[in-house]
This record gives sequence, C-alpha cells and structure tokens, in this order.
Amino acid sequence: MAPIDLAALAAGALLALGPLAIMAGRRAASGVYIASGLICAAVAGIGLFALLTGGVSTTVLPIGLPWLGAHLRLDALSAFFATVLGIGGAAVSLYAVGYARHDDDPMRVIPFYPGFLGAMLAVLLADDAFSFLMSWEVMSLLSWALVLAHHHDPEARRAGFVYLVMAAIGTMALLLAFGLMAGPDGGYAFDTIRATTRTPLVAAIILGLMLLGAGSKAGLAPFHAWLPLAHPAAPSHVSALMSGVMTKVALYGFIRVVFDLMGPQAWWASPAVILMGAGTAVLGIILAMMEGDLKRALAYSTIENIGVIFTALGLAMAFRANGMEAAAALAFSAALFHIFNHMAFKSLLFMGAGATLTATGTRSLDRMGGLIHQMPVTAALMLVAVLAISALPPLNGFASEWLIFQSILLSPGLPEPSLQMLAPAAGGLLALAAALAAAAFVRIYGVGFLGRPRSDAARDAVEADRASLAAMGLLAALCVFAGLFPGLILDALAPVASQLTGAHVPAQAGQPWLTLTPVAATRSTYNGLLVAVFIALSGWLAAALVHRLASRDVRRGPAWDCGFPNIDPITQYGAGSFAQPIRRTLGTVLLRARESVDMPEPGDLRPARHEVSYEDPAWLTLYAPVARMVDAAATYVNRFQFLTIRRYLSLVFASLILLLTGLTLWH
Amino acid sequence: MMAHLNFDIAHLLAGGLVLVSFMMIYQDRLSSLLDVFAFHAVVLSASVAWQAHIQDAPHLYITAAIALIFKALIIPTALGRIVQRLGIHREVETVVGTGLTMLAGMGLVALSILLMMRVTAGADALAREDLAFALSVVLLGLLMMVTRRNAVSQVVGFMSLENGLILAAAGAKGMPLVVEISVAFSVLIAFIVIGVFLFRIRERFDTVDMGAMDDFRGEQQ
Repeated sequence: MAPIDLAALAAGALLALGPLAIMAGRRAASGVYIASGLICAAVAGIGLFALLTGGVSTTVLPIGLPWLGAHLRLDALSAFFATVLGIGGAAVSLYAVGYARHDDDPMRVIPFYPGFLGAMLAVLLADDAFSFLMSWEVMSLLSWALVLAHHHDPEARRAGFVYLVMAAIGTMALLLAFGLMAGPDGGYAFDTIRATTRTPLVAAIILGLMLLGAGSKAGLAPFHAWLPLAHPAAPSHVSALMSGVMTKVALYGFIRVVFDLMGPQAWWASPAVILMGAGTAVLGIILAMMEGDLKRALAYSTIENIGVIFTALGLAMAFRANGMEAAAALAFSAALFHIFNHMAFKSLLFMGAGATLTATGTRSLDRMGGLIHQMPVTAALMLVAVLAISALPPLNGFASEWLIFQSILLSPGLPEPSLQMLAPAAGGLLALAAALAAAAFVRIYGVGFLGRPRSDAARDAVEADRASLAAMGLLAALCVFAGLFPGLILDALAPVASQLTGAHVPAQAGQPWLTLTPVAATRSTYNGLLVAVFIALSGWLAAALVHRLASRDVRRGPAWDCGFPNIDPITQYGAGSFAQPIRRTLGTVLLRARESVDMPEPGDLRPARHEVSYEDPAWLTLYAPVARMVDAAATYVNRFQFLTIRRYLSLVFASLILLLTGLTLWH
Repeated sequence: MMAHLNFDIAHLLAGGLVLVSFMMIYQDRLSSLLDVFAFHAVVLSASVAWQAHIQDAPHLYITAAIALIFKALIIPTALGRIVQRLGIHREVETVVGTGLTMLAGMGLVALSILLMMRVTAGADALAREDLAFALSVVLLGLLMMVTRRNAVSQVVGFMSLENGLILAAAGAKGMPLVVEISVAFSVLIAFIVIGVFLFRIRERFDTVDMGAMDDFRGEQQ
C-alpha cells in the first residue's frame, strides 16, 4: 500500500468515527479520543515516512463528482502538513482523554471531534478543487459545531455566528479562486490547474482571493476578527486544535495554491503579502497584550504568529519571483519551521489554559495568580511554551524566527527598490512583534502563575490529570527538541522547499556540532545545543555563586510591600497594570484605547471605578461597515418579499428582457 | 422553386402567429380575447402541420392535431363558459394602455429577431426565422401576463406563451412526440387546476380581479 492509501484510510476512519461515537453514546468519550489519537499518531508516522523517503503517491477514489472522482495525492508539502496535523491531533486527543473525565456534556463534542480531524486531513490530501473545497467546508462546519459546544453561553453563540459568516465568505472566495484557476473549461484536477498559464493580472486576483479565503481562516488581518471570538469559545482541546492545527491547514491551502498551483507570479504580488503579514503580527500581539481573558489572549497571539508566517511566505514569493531560489528556500523553510513550532507551543498553551480553566473555573487572568504552587507541573510545562513562543533561545521559537530574520537580511539582494525598502521595514515590525510577544507572555505567565492567588478558586486549584500532563509534556519535549536540533527539522523540510521553490537550505546534518548554517558559515550560524549548555552552565554558576556568597540567614519580609502594606491580593500588579504602558504608547492610536474614571460624589459610598476600553480596528473599519451595508441591502431586498403576483411576473419579465438585450449586444 | 415556396409559407404562418399575438394584446374584452386565442391556436396548428409537411415528419401532424383540438376548441370553449358563468364577459381590464403595450410588443419582436439572427448565425434559414418568431410569441405572451390583471387573461397569456414554445419545438426538427404529449397534457391539467381555482377564488372573494386579491392580502397595490 502506498502512503496515500494509508493516509486516505486514516481520513476515512476519522470521518467514520463521528457517527460511531453517536451510536456508542457518552460513555465512549474516552474511547473516541483514544482512537482519534492513535489514528493521528499513525498519520504523523505516515507523513514523516513520506516526507523523509520522498516520492509522490496519488490515488483516485470513485466518490465526489461523477466525471471527476476524488483525486488524492501525498507529496512532500502535504506530507509535512500531515505530520503537523498528526502530532497536534495525537497530543490534543491524549489531552482530551483527561478532559473527557470531567466533561459534563461530551455528546456536544465527540460526534464532531474525529470528523474535524478527518476533514482537515482530507484537505491536505485533496488533489482536485472539488475534493479540496468539500473537505474545507466540512472542516469549517464541524469546527463551527465544536465552537457551539457551550451553546448556552450567548457569547459562544455570537462567536459561532460570526465564525459561520466568515467561513462562508472565505469558502466563497476560495470557490472563486479555484473557478478562476480552472478556467472556462473546468479543469478542476490540480494537475490541469498546474499546467495552465495565466496572465499576471489573473494571478494577482487569485492571490487576493486566497488571502481572503485562506487568510481569513488562518487569522490574517484585517479578516481576523472572528478568530479571537471563536477559538476561545470552543472547549480547550478544540481551541488547541483550531489554533494549533486548523490555522495550519488554512496556511497549507494558501501555500498549495500560491506556491504550487498558480505557477510563477510577478514580483509586485509579494509586497501585499509581506505588508499584511507584518501588520497582522504587530496588531495581533498588541491585542494579545491588552486582553484580560487567557484563552482570548492566546488566540490573539495566534494571529501574531500567522502574521509572522505570512511575512516569511511573502518574502519567499518575492525571492522566487526574482529567481533567488536559495533565499526563497530559506524564507519558505523558515515559514514551515515556524508553522511546526507554532503547532507545538500554541497547542501546549491552549492545553495549559484549559487545565487552568478546569482548575479555577475562570479564563480571566485577574482571577488566577499563584498557580505555580498549586499546579507545579502545568506551570513548568507552560513556562517552556511561554519561553518558546517568546522566541527565547534555546527553544524552537527562537530558531524559526531567527531563520526568518536571516532571510530578511538577504533582502538587499532583491533588484526592486520598493522591496528593498519594504523587507527591512517588515523586519522591523517583526522585531517589534517579537519583543511585544515576550512582554505579552511575561504578563500572561506572571499574572496567571506567579504572585499570590487573586481569587479563592485560584487558591484552591488542583493539578491537572495525568493524561493532560502527558500530552503537554509531549509537546514541551517537542519544543525543546526542535530548539536544540533545528538542523534536523530543516533537513526534513528540504524536500518541501525543493518542490516549491526549486532549491533548499544547505544540508545541516554534516555541520560540526549540529550548528545551524542557513546560508554560509561566514554569514551567520546558530547552535541551539551550545546556547542551551551555556545557559545551563551560566545559570548554574550564578546560582552557585549567589548561594555561596549570600548570607545563610533566611530573611522574611512582607511580599509586594512596595510602600503599601496592604495584604489584599488585588493590590498586586495585575493584567491591566502590565498592559498599561503598551496601551498608552501604542493602543491609543491603534486600538482607540480609552481610560475613564468614574469618581463618586463626596458622600456617595459606592467605589470609584477606573475603566479601560479598546476596540479592534478591524471591527471598526471592516466588519462593522460591511455588516451595516449588508443590513441595509437586506432591508431593501426585503421589500420584494411583499409584491403582488403581477409585479413578480413583471420582475421576471424585465430581467428576462434585460438578459436577452445583454446577450444581443454582447454577441 | 419548391424550396422557396416552402420557406415562404412557413415564414408566413409563423409571422401570422406573431401577428395574432399582437391582436390578442389589444383585445380588451375577455370573450373576444378568447376568440383570438382560438385563432392563435389554429394558426399554430397550421404552422406545425406545414412544418410536418416540409420536414416530412408525420409525428408533427399529431402535434398539430393536439394543438387544434385542445387549444383551438376545448380550452377556449371551456374558458368561455367559465367567463360566462362568472359573468365577466363584458369586463374591460388593462393595466397599461393598449397603445403602450403594442409599442412594447414591437420592441420585443425587434429584440427577439435581432437576438436570434445573431445567436443562430450558423443554423439554416428556416430554423432561424422560426426561432425568432417563436421567441417573439413567447415574449408577447409574457407581456400579456404582465399587463393584465384578470386571472383569465393571465391564463390566456400563459397559453399563448406555450404556443410559442411549441412553434419553436416544431421548427427545431426532431423534438420527440412524448415531450409534446406531456406538454399538452400538463397544459390541460394546469388549465383544469386554474379553472377550479378561479371558481374557488370567485366563491370566496366575489371577483377574479388580481388587484382585488392583493387588497385582500392586505397590501397596497
């Protein structure tokens, strides 16, 4: 059996598991999760095998459109994404085994959960437009059902509505894009699409549609506004899957079309992608910095990382359009590496958020605090994820972002002056985003896990169950491994880069001491292992010195006693206080952040209130006006609901005449 | 020589059908409208019969016979009785003025000829002319449905539209008989249903004026 057959079998099994789960009922929840996890692990194995051995396998299933069938294909690109999906899915399913034990209403989740995984896998395997769009739509609908798992919550219902609308718009954009690619002859198989040549203008329109269709699913600004509503509304393991894996499937769709199916593009197509990516990164992380809800802050951080990946992809497009294949391969590999890393640490973060949500019953950072004492293992694993996503060495986030910056450093070689100016500017924005990400995660970790408990629930929290911890540990180990041995990952990505950019980053396996050498040894190198050893040694040395030189007397003093001997935990530095400097410097212009003080009159006994408000600019400038326009149009069209029969006939008649006249003039 | 004559006669009959459609448009009494509709069906049946003759397609004779029996005899007679029983045979009803409607109808004929001449550039001359006339008849039927407010004349408009379709089918060489029979029967059934409905409407609202019915729906005209 070829790998593709096994992968198709896995997708089919996952899709079939949903109906089975309905029949088996709520007691089978753990079983469903275990089965999904095992299949996902198998998918990861198949993907890794196909990626390392190379080779393309295809198959045609007699389902779907009668004259087309379902073409499936497993090449290096889909094998890589299948690996990402498999690892993410397996870890999340393992986590969900623990989650299922205290889930009140598993029948809202388990019928959709395996099918969601299966549909995502089917998107990766699809080799014709029909199968691709079909799987994409199934993926959207099943994840929508999962977002509505807590449907009693009006906020979840609103999130589900916004998500459904955005998913419909996105699929429509994809439909148009594939329609343009297939052309009037309707060549919907990817092979036919690949063989067609198109004018730069058509290619640019397709790119725009892909940015809307795949970009909105991934969370690209300004189409991102549904994401921070929908991802946190789902149960935590589904949030992990949506943020960690589904956004990657959306990126796969973008890469498949833009790098593979569309063929060569003009260089002027790339600045839009670079600009949108860099803007998304900064906007996403500033919003994450402001947000007081843990899961929503993580969702905003997903937007930031998607922006980083899109910037790298835009750079790869620019390099590729100018024939700089080695540079394109570097930027592209860096994007893929970051995709892998983001899957690992964002899933881990959402699992950690789920564990704290289970333990404290709240998602608000200001009601957590001090969890490092009650949940030490979760706290340690979260620390790994937080360090990784803040791009600190020696973890994986640093390795991939470092590679992206290396590719930006190659941008002076681009012949177009506009790109020469744009790429460093984007680099500056990415650097800003990386620094803000560190600040945002210091805030999340510091307020959530350090200090003293801010609520009784946080004080009485208990450690997460073993299955959840094992899943988180697995991903944390992956983060450390990819950080220490980035060369191995980069070598595994070489076939994908060769397939889509025509070159690959120099082989890293032969480098001395596992040093990462993306361009040449004389330019820049990074050795994760060495940095780790250095950090460990210097840390140990500093600790030893402090212990040796410091006085042995234990000194006890009041905690947080910065001139205020008030013992109330609310006097601690909170989530809002951490965000204040950034909010005042960047938020006032970008997010219309406002602070207002409600001071009671003298003699009035109610407390004074200090309130902070901010708005997502995408809501104000894109979503709200579009919604208003649709509303107005709907109100107008609504009149046609109440016409007389004769007027309906007249309308039909008039449109017929109009069409006939058009046909006459056009012919 | 014979070919020319064949063509001219087919042309004459199809053109005659368009002319009768115009006659229908300016009838403002229901009984005379029904008479003209019967004449419409007779012309159609002659046209189809002529097509059967020149195409040497005997099954088209059956179509012609169906058109003659159902559309020229049974349906107009039945509709005439309905109109008599409803007591609306003297009613005058138009929404748009006759002159304006005639002008619009001329525009429609011009449009359909222009369109068909361009679209069917490759087809043979007879089919092209036939299709152009058929489309004119269809559009004039629709125009009639739109400009009348009495349910009976809307039914007549629909039936004349259907005549146009049969003309097109007969000209296009080789429409299977099954389709025609089913079309004829479906029209008959539609006619029966509409007839029944007319009486039900009349029983309930004491009128078959569609404008009055809109008033009953509680909406402004």
